[in-house]
Amino acid sequence: MTQSIEVRASLVSALILVTFLLVWHLAVTGGGSGQAMDPEYAKLMGITATQGKSAMPGPLDVGATLWGHIKDPFYVRGTNDVGLGLQLGHSIMRVMAGYLLAMAVAIPVGFLIGMSPLMSRALDPFIQVLKPISPLAWMPLALYTIKDSGTSAIFVIFICSIWPMLINTAFGVANVRKEWINVARTLEVGPLRKAFTVILPAAAPTIVTGMRISIGIAWLVIVAAEMLVGGTGIGYFVWNEWNNLSITNVITAILVIGFVGMLLDQGLARLGRFVTFPE
Amino acid sequence: MQDRYISIEGISREYPAPGGGTTKIFDDLWMSMSRGEFVAVIGHSGCGKTTVLNILAGLDAPSSGVVIVDGKAIEGPSLDRAVIFQSHALLPWKTALGNVAYAVSSRWPRWSRAEVNAKAMAAIKLVGLEAAADRSPAQLSGGMKQRVGIARALSIDPKILLMDEPFSALDALTRGTLQDEVRNICIETGQTVFMITHDVDEAIYLADKIVLMTNGPGARIAEIVANPLPMGRTRNDVHRHPAYYPVRNHIIDFLVSRSKSFDSEIAAGKPWDSRNPPLVNPAIPEPATLAQVAVAAGAEQAQATQQVFTQAQRRRTT
Repeated sequence: MTQSIEVRASLVSALILVTFLLVWHLAVTGGGSGQAMDPEYAKLMGITATQGKSAMPGPLDVGATLWGHIKDPFYVRGTNDVGLGLQLGHSIMRVMAGYLLAMAVAIPVGFLIGMSPLMSRALDPFIQVLKPISPLAWMPLALYTIKDSGTSAIFVIFICSIWPMLINTAFGVANVRKEWINVARTLEVGPLRKAFTVILPAAAPTIVTGMRISIGIAWLVIVAAEMLVGGTGIGYFVWNEWNNLSITNVITAILVIGFVGMLLDQGLARLGRFVTFPE
Repeated sequence: MQDRYISIEGISREYPAPGGGTTKIFDDLWMSMSRGEFVAVIGHSGCGKTTVLNILAGLDAPSSGVVIVDGKAIEGPSLDRAVIFQSHALLPWKTALGNVAYAVSSRWPRWSRAEVNAKAMAAIKLVGLEAAADRSPAQLSGGMKQRVGIARALSIDPKILLMDEPFSALDALTRGTLQDEVRNICIETGQTVFMITHDVDEAIYLADKIVLMTNGPGARIAEIVANPLPMGRTRNDVHRHPAYYPVRNHIIDFLVSRSKSFDSEIAAGKPWDSRNPPLVNPAIPEPATLAQVAVAAGAEQAQATQQVFTQAQRRRTT
């Protein structure tokens, strides 16, 4: 009972993991029932039918595959056989490109909306209509106009990550405490200096929260977008391995997607702690 | 002849009233201040004191009338008029020194970082906070935060200091110390100060003149009390001065009853000119004024006065 709550929580986490892996392992280990089958038919059907082995891989299979990918992440053995690291790299590059573009648009426009009640009201109907559109709905339009699948994926990331950043920036800027603005006004601080020395630091925690929501959405959307556009990327990898009926690789990719998503989120959480000020 | 360093000329402020129309918070205020004068404004909540201060600061504009400072009408905020905010209004992402340095670098944008920091540190030292200069506002007590606010205002060498209930959020002990310090600094630097307060004792201790405002909406400057206490007054003996209680009673009488009934005093034929509110000195009793108070001071009012009195005392001791 003297142990801290962190230690106890990690013990429980480990217990849940072990239980889950054990149940998983037992569930996919089937008994052999492949007797009395024409050998030629059995060959066609594969071990799934002949030995009664489940098509669902066990944790050991996934672990082995994952280890294989980690050992050799950057190989290229043909257009459809590219290392997981390279596929992830493609996805991360696309997410970063779309996300940074969205930042470059959303933060200045958010500032404008937050500072100007007129622009806030004028742009509100557009934002209200555009925000709820599923980013993938833009895909055909993007493919038609941009004519390049990679760039279209970047556009889809751009369009889905822009809204949380835009709305949070506008909200953060509009709600900077009046007294801080008044301090800047009584000190005759110019508009640009005021924006950078008072409004930006005051709104930064809200803006970073928006950025954190955006990166989460962008990482969700990239998988789906890459399934559509194909070629490269972790989303394409998942779809390709599904076509190969390699469930092991699919599960491995799912784990890796979750892990990378967590890293992206943690990075922005760290940035959030950096810009948050105690009051 | 009084020099009109600050001249408030017929200002009023209207706000849109709920349900249409407008409400005039205060109307036709006239007042002037000379250089180096310490003026305190007292009135009930809602009489527009803070709005008057914001107009002086340039943060708000009057609906009509003008305020002239040093021969020029106020058109927006100026570094010549520093504000000490009631809620200290420190930027929480900067240190104490950083907050003061921000003001200094706004005042002298061409200064080097070293010059800015030296000037800011001097202001921090003036309020006795050098040990806490590198702490963030969240790590400072209420009194220390307000000290930083005072240092920030003084650091830019303002011509006029505007204080909006600067000590009201502090405990009684801190309030007393800080009042002493502010009074000393203002006397040494010959600062012109406009202060808003709810605290009668604070006004008497600090101010040369005390402006009494009637209740809003439609608040007016009823009269200006000339503080008869000597310049060399100290916190320890101020309440022993023979003029202390006459002034205090006069102000409390005003707050308790006359701030409400002032309009009827005028209606009853009291000579009063909004452009030239009377300067009264309660220590030299005007027979007419005293008689009025005596007549009006029925048992009811004596009781009310007593109540305010004990409340104020309780506030001072807690």
